[in-house]
Amino acid sequence: MTERVVIVGGGTAGSVLANNLAEEVDTAIDTGDVEVVLVNDRKDHVYKPTWLYVPFGEKTPEDAKRPLDDLIDRRVDLLIDRVDGIDTESKTVSFDGGRGPLAYDHLVLAMGAQVVPEETPGLAEGGHHFYGPEAAEELREELAEFTDGHLVVSVVGVPHMCPVAPLEFPLMADTWLRERGLREDVDITYTYPINRPHGIQSVADWVGPLMEERDIGVETFFNPERVDPDEQSVHTVEGRELSYDLLVSIPPHDGSDIVREAGLGDDGWVDVDPATLEATNAEDVYALGDIAELPTSKAGSAAHYAATSLAGRLASAVRGQRPTTEYDGKTVCFIESGEGEATYIAFDYDAEPTPKPPSKLIHWSKLGYNRSYWLTARGAL
Amino acid sequence: MKVSQGSDCMSDTQLDADVTVNAVGSSCPGPMMDLIGKAKDVEPGTVIRLQSSNENTEPDVSEWAEKSGNELVEVVEREEHWDLYVRIND
Repeated sequence: MTERVVIVGGGTAGSVLANNLAEEVDTAIDTGDVEVVLVNDRKDHVYKPTWLYVPFGEKTPEDAKRPLDDLIDRRVDLLIDRVDGIDTESKTVSFDGGRGPLAYDHLVLAMGAQVVPEETPGLAEGGHHFYGPEAAEELREELAEFTDGHLVVSVVGVPHMCPVAPLEFPLMADTWLRERGLREDVDITYTYPINRPHGIQSVADWVGPLMEERDIGVETFFNPERVDPDEQSVHTVEGRELSYDLLVSIPPHDGSDIVREAGLGDDGWVDVDPATLEATNAEDVYALGDIAELPTSKAGSAAHYAATSLAGRLASAVRGQRPTTEYDGKTVCFIESGEGEATYIAFDYDAEPTPKPPSKLIHWSKLGYNRSYWLTARGAL
Repeated sequence: MKVSQGSDCMSDTQLDADVTVNAVGSSCPGPMMDLIGKAKDVEPGTVIRLQSSNENTEPDVSEWAEKSGNELVEVVEREEHWDLYVRIND
């Protein structure tokens, strides 16, 4: 009898997992003992970190897309449809397109995160963001017209995709405005919800002085509860008010209603064992990438490393062996620091990162990695 | 603010929390953000019990409460986490 692994989501986590698993159990797939099904709601794979560069005219949303059909191992059954429900009792997933339920022996959830600016009153109307193709293009248009005033970059939602993008945007904007001769006419303020400019202490210690050096104002303990688009002001839980001419937010994020409805996580993120990635509330269900509730950042690299780990576990499981591979929380993030330079951080569940001195070499390494990312998605890196 | 010790099966606090936010196992700034997220939704006067196993949560919450006009009323040390009682004011 065929053992079926169903992976929901064809982003970094799902694609890397599907390709690695297909390679690990290739013979079993060829003999019909194992079937790997990847379900995605659109035909393209999207590499989201590309969107950071769109507002500055350095990339386009098209640069972020490749057809899944070109990236996924031929041994994997690719299903383009939207999953609208999970029944962990009958071990099936259902679809909203009229297709009948699909049974699974092992289910992996990798649907990613979504942004929900509408959760903060006035934010969708009054603010911009770069967490989607249309939004990033709209911001590019706004930024191109923005010649003077107050640019506010506000982290409204935590957790969010890419732990360092909120730092990269104001640092890149600073350089971009300087290069265009506009920096003296633009004030930049960055806001963060807790008492330092980043959740990771060592990153906060590194970026605080850098922002001061670049004349970027930093407001901490700043938690917007509403935005007034007419007055162009942000109002916080702490009773503060900040006026803006251009507001760029890191919007609130959400997991998935499917996760809530299936009882896999009250907040929409799947509760999992951080090492095995097994769901806490159901048998034979796993989660990785942004949808998983893990004590690390929601980062593409975390999804990548977790996927290679889970591929090993699932390969062992379908072979009838005891899985021993565990995910240690490994995460690596490049950080654009402006002025054509970048740094990077590497950390795991137990070790805090230490940012290296920024350099042009690391900046070009980041751009180089973004171009070679497609090898990661294919499972080759 | 009162600091006391309890156990997982018996509380020695006199406070009744209106809502509980379980952030045990979350890394920083998860517990703080869970608290602030809940604070946005509740009525003034609500007492939130924030459960956290992160040792930095207490000083962070204490500082935030002071800056935001709320009150960290009591911290109870459990076997594997802390219960932080925060009263949300106007």
